[in-house]
Amino acid sequence: MIFNYAAPQAFYPVAGKMIPWFAWLAALLAIAGLTVGFFVAPTDATQGESYRIIFIHVPAAWMSVFLYLVMAGWAALGLVLNTRLSGMMASAIAPTGAIFTFLALWTGALWGKPTWGTYWVWDARLTSELILLFLYLGFIALKGAIADPQRADRAGAVLAIVGAVNVPIIYFSVVWWNTLHQGASISPMRSPTMVATMLTGMLLMALAAWMYSIAVTLARLRKIIRMREGDAAWVQMQRNSV
Amino acid sequence: MSWGSLNEFLAMGGYGLYVWGSYAMAALCFLLEVLFLKMNSTK
Repeated sequence: MIFNYAAPQAFYPVAGKMIPWFAWLAALLAIAGLTVGFFVAPTDATQGESYRIIFIHVPAAWMSVFLYLVMAGWAALGLVLNTRLSGMMASAIAPTGAIFTFLALWTGALWGKPTWGTYWVWDARLTSELILLFLYLGFIALKGAIADPQRADRAGAVLAIVGAVNVPIIYFSVVWWNTLHQGASISPMRSPTMVATMLTGMLLMALAAWMYSIAVTLARLRKIIRMREGDAAWVQMQRNSV
Repeated sequence: MSWGSLNEFLAMGGYGLYVWGSYAMAALCFLLEVLFLKMNSTK
């Protein structure tokens, strides 16, 4: 049943119907998250108001890593099963992943200055996150450089899978090395070390980032499908009906 | 709520540049991404 939607022509209209729902969910969750983050969560005892960067920094950093795993997963699936949609899905995720990685670095720099006294330091967490940005950009550039879509999908998949080694390095960097970046405040193993309202704001913003990612990824996927299969009869029919 | 006035809110306890610099860049990125996606979608 689900495999019916693995074909681009079946997925295309479904994706189109899903986009507004995820977009609205993202907007509502972001409004709720920002309201809690700026008007309910208290001032931090040690960092003052600068900590409020957390509500964009942590969701961006989470999404940067999560999207990479999803992208590499789709790429790997395409490599194994040779399904057309998988490679397109990976291509659709990459730019959004790169944007969240950039934002994690940017907001981290602006948070680092008042807290650590520097915008940038070559510590393990920051460096591995920068490598993640280069992996995304490399993936996009590599796929863009190969004209044949199927060959581009395969080459991109190999890069994405090899690059996935970086993900556990990012996650455990604060444990394995003595980094300036703090350890995780939230982990599956123990209860969070944060005030409940701060945590609520952060989780709402993380959900918003997730819904946003789904919406823009689906929109980009439809664009890619139109580009790749633009000559096929079903695309022409969709174009006339929507 | 931690703010008595709009100015206090904008000042962010002296961290306004860092806090708003973060959110402004995020807003700009999302705006550009959505605009870019909408651009050729009607063609």
